[in-house]
Amino acid sequence: MSALFIMIGASLIIAIGFLAAFLWAVRKGQYEDDYSPAVRILFDSELTSSKESKKESTNTTDDK
Amino acid sequence: MEETKTLQETTCFHCGELCPDKPLTLEDKKFCCEGCRTVYDILNKSGMCDYYDLNERPGQTQKKSNTVRYEFLDDEETSKKFITFRDADQIHVTFYIPAMHCSSCIWLLENLNRLHPKVFRSRVNFIKKELSIVFSSEIALSDIAKLLDRVGYPPHLSLNSLEEKTDERQYFNKSYFYKLGIAFFSFGNIMLLSFPDYFGIDSLTESPYRNLFGYLNFLLAIPVMFYSASEFFVSAWKGVIHKTLNMDFPIALGILIMFVRSSYDIFSGTGSGYMDTLASLVFLMLVGRALQNMTYGRLSFDRDYKSYFPVSVTLLEQGQEKNIPATQVKVGSRLLIRNNELIPGDAILFKGDAHIDYSFVTGESTPVDKTLGEIIFAGGKQIGNAIEVEVIKEVSQSYLTRLWNEDTFEKDKTEKDKLTSLSNRVSRWFTLIILIIASGAALYWLRTDSARALHAFTSVLIITCPCALALSTPFTLGNAMRILGKMKFYLKNTIVIEKLAQTDVVLFDKTGTITRSGAARLKFEGEELSDYDLQLIRSASGNSAHPLSRIIHDNIPSSISKIEWDTYEEISGKGIIAKKLTDEIKLGSEEWICGKKRNHDGLRTMEVHYAINGQYKGYFRIRSEYRDDLKHVIQDLQLKHQVKLVSGDNDGEKQQLLPLFGKEENMLFHQSPFEKLELVKQLQDEHKTVLMIGDGLNDAGALAKSNVGISVSENINNFSPACDAILDSESFSELPRFIRFSKAAVNVILMSFGLSFIYNLVGLWFAVQGNLSPLVAAILMPISSISVIIFTTIGVGIASRKIFKPNYKTSS
Repeated sequence: MSALFIMIGASLIIAIGFLAAFLWAVRKGQYEDDYSPAVRILFDSELTSSKESKKESTNTTDDK
Repeated sequence: MEETKTLQETTCFHCGELCPDKPLTLEDKKFCCEGCRTVYDILNKSGMCDYYDLNERPGQTQKKSNTVRYEFLDDEETSKKFITFRDADQIHVTFYIPAMHCSSCIWLLENLNRLHPKVFRSRVNFIKKELSIVFSSEIALSDIAKLLDRVGYPPHLSLNSLEEKTDERQYFNKSYFYKLGIAFFSFGNIMLLSFPDYFGIDSLTESPYRNLFGYLNFLLAIPVMFYSASEFFVSAWKGVIHKTLNMDFPIALGILIMFVRSSYDIFSGTGSGYMDTLASLVFLMLVGRALQNMTYGRLSFDRDYKSYFPVSVTLLEQGQEKNIPATQVKVGSRLLIRNNELIPGDAILFKGDAHIDYSFVTGESTPVDKTLGEIIFAGGKQIGNAIEVEVIKEVSQSYLTRLWNEDTFEKDKTEKDKLTSLSNRVSRWFTLIILIIASGAALYWLRTDSARALHAFTSVLIITCPCALALSTPFTLGNAMRILGKMKFYLKNTIVIEKLAQTDVVLFDKTGTITRSGAARLKFEGEELSDYDLQLIRSASGNSAHPLSRIIHDNIPSSISKIEWDTYEEISGKGIIAKKLTDEIKLGSEEWICGKKRNHDGLRTMEVHYAINGQYKGYFRIRSEYRDDLKHVIQDLQLKHQVKLVSGDNDGEKQQLLPLFGKEENMLFHQSPFEKLELVKQLQDEHKTVLMIGDGLNDAGALAKSNVGISVSENINNFSPACDAILDSESFSELPRFIRFSKAAVNVILMSFGLSFIYNLVGLWFAVQGNLSPLVAAILMPISSISVIIFTTIGVGIASRKIFKPNYKTSS
């Protein structure tokens, strides 16, 4: 049964690890804006794609 | 397909607003205004038309666009407010940009470096609507602001914007997340370590495990107790200092007893303690508070930036008067401020004699004289002749809201209301009763079993910790306030709902309140008026904000020019006296001008009499239009309340109003503002809760004195910070339903109190016997909190659906 001491200690350490991760995330401001990162990740790919083809496709859609 | 095509043809490519008949064009795109076209042009030339691909018509209309001067930003002191970092190469700055609203906005704002080579990076915080820019110190801060303005995202540059943000956005406070995280961590782990206890696993609950679990629980509970729960203790202590028992007092007491008792149990080896309950309660209450703060935060945001007030001001444009919403006032706009009207934004006096009453700002009501060219600050009230001012700082909606929320002279009233608010009244009795029960149980056991006596005493305090009570009021009222706001009934704070529900007497002002100021028929009886007379009358009435003056003024053609008065005085309840060179005119009530009243026969109307140099000329007969549904509103209110009319005008419309108000004694005419106030006082002395509905200008005193003062707002700057609520005149017919809804909301609170009392009774039954097991506490307490929150949310939802669903028009 003494294994239980170790187990409890281990579980607490893991839990404290998660708590520390959470506090760190809050401190780094990860909960301050939960909208723009989700949008931003989509922009980057658009930006690298060629501007010209993008532009043309806009024109064609607008012409009809 | 046809349809979408025509739609595309008529809406602006940039902002999606309807284009004028001949839209401006660039390439093949159509625009509603020059501003929108410019923005497109800039973006197009920099190859940034991705902006238009991400969302259809993502822009903000540029019609209202104005030329704000940003040069002041380059001032050393001013720039400090916005700059977060600077060195020889680069400057970091953070702007608040209210126009940000979609993913296109984010894209454009984060690609500013493509528009301006000296911008290094820019980063959006969408939730806070903030933009952080890093740019080369070769260019000035004002250039950045101009750039943002050019692409349609002008930064919001109130100088106190940075301080404002901290209190407005409290719910984003990081320490709240810390507290929550720690409470959750401890709650979860303590629960886990308490499992053997719950299931009565003897092999585990015997020493040495029992001791180990106990000590660990104690360790885990320490941060919850001293960090997460700290605000409850602070608030309770503040209450004690002010000699009141607020809702946090019994909570703090409960938590404290729980902690002390559990520590004792753990270290003396007599039990396993209630640390699990403690942690779960603190966690749940923190979640509740966070939600509540979030609701309030969103409310205040709506109020500040979504043109919360239907307040409008009179703009002077090439000699023409025009009503525009206060939010659309630009720097450089020329405004006309009449007697008793509020200065919406800091301005320079341009014309007229200003006597400014700053009582809403400072509490000091002696008017301050201002000479031409002097600055008048927002929130002042003009007394006397109308003045013209030029706005030098944009009208800040949030400033007006703040003025409304925290006006100095009303503080006593709200303070007193807070103490008498439902939850505080209940909590005072609650605390008292609980202490009596606890002592009773302790005394009972003391005779037989002294250990058990202490046990029973602490158990009672633990189990009755009124977290459910504390949560129900803010949740219900916050929710109700939001629903009412959506229906254009704007409340100052949640206490107003409680007061509204208690209303016994409803007092109506007449002109401007139950009549529509826009629609009235006017006729002059008496000698024919010369153009000079009309000129005098128009000039005199144009100075006044009284509804009758407005009607007369609006009915005289604007081709008749106005003159400047040498002296002008408005005596409330009587009329206007104004002087130009040798001519003195009087415009007002019959009694005041003629000294006596004629004998009236049969049909009578509202009258405004006119005399020049003591010579009586005749009177304007005004037939005003009552608001739609006035009959329904009054009949509906009369079912449960006493309804009275208090008017400053003469009794000309008595006969028309008699069928509405029933008895003659319900209608009081010729009431001066002071008499109105006295009436409110008198009714309050009879222990009645008075609801006063006025137009906000001539009855400000009565509005302030009454338990609930509602100012009905139409298209005139008659917002008075003295009122408790603003009702958009469009929603006037909904008034009885608003009162009914308030009552329903209060009933929901009472029911949730009942619900939590039932839980408490169950708990008490265990507690007084001195055998409250930790398991019972751990189950009962969180359940009561959660079920109360669910109950209030659903309750308010049902009430609003039931009360607001059927329309008057369909039901009658």
